[in-house]
Amino acid sequence: MTIALIYVAIFIAAFVAVRATGRFVERQRDFTSLKTVTFGDESAVRPNRIASIISVLAIFLIWGAFTGSKITPIHAPGPFLGETSFTYTAQAPDLSTDEGVVRVNVHRVGEDAAKPEGADGGEGFAKDDAASVAAWRSGLIRVDRNDVGGDAEGYKVIAIDGQPIAPGETVKLADGTVTMTPKGTLNFSPDPGWQMEKIWLPAPEDVWNRLIEIGTDGYRGFTLWEHVGWSLMRVVAGFALGSAVGIPLGYAMGLSNWFRGWFDPIVEFMRPVPPLALIPLVIIWFGIDETGKIVLLFLAALWIMTIAARAGVSGVNITKIHAAYSLGASKWQILRHVIIPNSLPEIFTGARVAMGVCWGTVVAAELVAAEKGAGQMIVAASKFQLTDIVIMGIVLIGIVGYGIDILMRLAENWLVPWKGRS
Amino acid sequence: MSGLSIENISMRFDLPNGTSVQALQNVSLDIRQGELLSVLGPSGCGKTTLLNIVAGFLAPTEGRVVLGGKPVVGPGPERGMVFQQGALFEWMSVRENVAFGPNMKGMPKAESAGIVDHLLDVVGLRDFKDKAVYELSGGMQQRVALARCLANDPEVILMDEPLGALDALTREKMQGLVLKLWKETGKTIILITHSVEEALLLGERLLVMAPRPGRIHKEYRLPFADMGVDADLRDVKKTEGYAETREEILTMIWNMEEEIMGRTEAAS
Ligand SMILES: Nc1ncnc2c1ncn2[C@@H]1O[C@H](COP(=O)(O)OP(=O)(O)OP(=O)(O)O)[C@@H](O)[C@H]1O
Ligand SMILES: [Mg+2]
Repeated sequence: MTIALIYVAIFIAAFVAVRATGRFVERQRDFTSLKTVTFGDESAVRPNRIASIISVLAIFLIWGAFTGSKITPIHAPGPFLGETSFTYTAQAPDLSTDEGVVRVNVHRVGEDAAKPEGADGGEGFAKDDAASVAAWRSGLIRVDRNDVGGDAEGYKVIAIDGQPIAPGETVKLADGTVTMTPKGTLNFSPDPGWQMEKIWLPAPEDVWNRLIEIGTDGYRGFTLWEHVGWSLMRVVAGFALGSAVGIPLGYAMGLSNWFRGWFDPIVEFMRPVPPLALIPLVIIWFGIDETGKIVLLFLAALWIMTIAARAGVSGVNITKIHAAYSLGASKWQILRHVIIPNSLPEIFTGARVAMGVCWGTVVAAELVAAEKGAGQMIVAASKFQLTDIVIMGIVLIGIVGYGIDILMRLAENWLVPWKGRS
Repeated sequence: MSGLSIENISMRFDLPNGTSVQALQNVSLDIRQGELLSVLGPSGCGKTTLLNIVAGFLAPTEGRVVLGGKPVVGPGPERGMVFQQGALFEWMSVRENVAFGPNMKGMPKAESAGIVDHLLDVVGLRDFKDKAVYELSGGMQQRVALARCLANDPEVILMDEPLGALDALTREKMQGLVLKLWKETGKTIILITHSVEEALLLGERLLVMAPRPGRIHKEYRLPFADMGVDADLRDVKKTEGYAETREEILTMIWNMEEEIMGRTEAAS
């Protein structure tokens, strides 16, 4: 919630700042900049590149600030670390009271957990205590153990730092909180601050270091490139098979009544079934190895490509077909020289969608069951709470998916330059 | 080879809502080989339908079209068509578009290249051979369409408002080009147009059609097309009789439109 507010604040602040400085920057002069009507003219809305840069920086800034990263200059308040103490007031069965001091060493998880000195000191029946608690965790502190008469019936702790406490209640201290369990034991939670613990969200540089480490050493017996490469290989294989069947099928549906009638119910039924819903069935039928995944991706790509090819055929301007017949073309020649080229833009649009869906599906399928692959990597890491690998995997999956789309767009510009120009 | 005859054609479109439109009724027409026929008429009088039947894209509900003694049953290369727009293939260059017909026939590349080069010269697009068609202006695209049709050497050229989408100046130049090609190649041409001037200038013979049901209303034989072959078209317009005929036809079509409007108003 706070983070969302900070994000909105950065968004507005950056906008105001860029607006203010932008006045002095020379404006780019071209046709669009001379348009006076831009609100509502979608073609005149161009991404503000400064905004894009600030947007990415803002994400890293927030990410770094809330994880205590070295790459950001400012940080959200971190968890309390070091030594703190509080006093407790114990009440003996005879209603006499005494105070003892609890010294707590709050340390990072996995680091030295020495208890502070000075335990068992103090006068009266309540003796001082020492404990160590890891940051972001909490620890039970049995202050009664070393107290004289601490095990007596009627002994109880009644206040922390002078604030009364009863079972189930919590007292807020400067460096943390103390809660009394229903049985009367004290539970100390040091102040977690605003930063995230590493197993929740590691700092950007941790993720980067993991990437380097796994890039060189691999993870679970496969290098990073094998993991990503296998996922890609499955996508390419599934997509290629799906296109190889789907495109001719789509053409047939666009050209023949019988094919249209026969496959319409199947295609219309299968289209709204998300490929993820097929994972269990595919695992039952084909097991968890490559065949199953490729069949799944084949099905994911098949309907999309079929529909794209069918739309490509029905999108042919009838005058082009008439013109071709009047020029003496046969049916096959019309298919080859008119219908197929004319449907390529639609097919490319479908292919881009299909590639995106396949990439998402392969990751999901690997999450469920796989030996190797990008999805498998993050699900295996998550079992060991290796959040840095999980995040690295997610970032990598995003980058690869984005890369696929860029490549498809380049191929489209190169192969169908006439798209949208007829 | 001989002429084209349209024998007692009727065309009725049955609409899904149960009603039907009589687009053409008992249209008969004989067109001599090498004749340039222009067809005029108010919108919706069945001009396009008639042309589509001749081209073989539609089968008439009654009657038949006979070309050179053979009845027309479907589209064929002996009847070339020039559309108003959008019939060029964007995925091909100008040259490939023009070579489409010859290539489909399996003509050797060298031979078709000669034809293409010659025709692109004729239509003045020699320097645009390797351009993509979407890089050309509308007028240039229509010249490509004309060249593509001619490359296939059809007996009859059918044109449905081929110059309709062009500006007045380009249009005038294209009219000259059509006349020139007509004289040079001696093709039979049927030209549908909305412009009375164009019909007068290009039509050796002019047909005015009337709507509901679509039928031939009046026929003219005109001298202007022959004059226009060598002369400036603007001079032709000054010829005696041109202005009178134009006014007569305009009034005729105007009255038909009025009548349609009146009828629809009465119906509603
Ligand atoms: N496919 C069709 N289905 C139903 N009615 C049609 C169809 N094609 C044409 N018509 C009807 O037939 C009549 C003649 O149409 P047509 O397109 O031949 O007219 P036109 O003379 O070419 O008109 P315009 O000058 O506007 O092009 C119109 O009333 C039209 O509504
Ligand atoms: Mg028409």
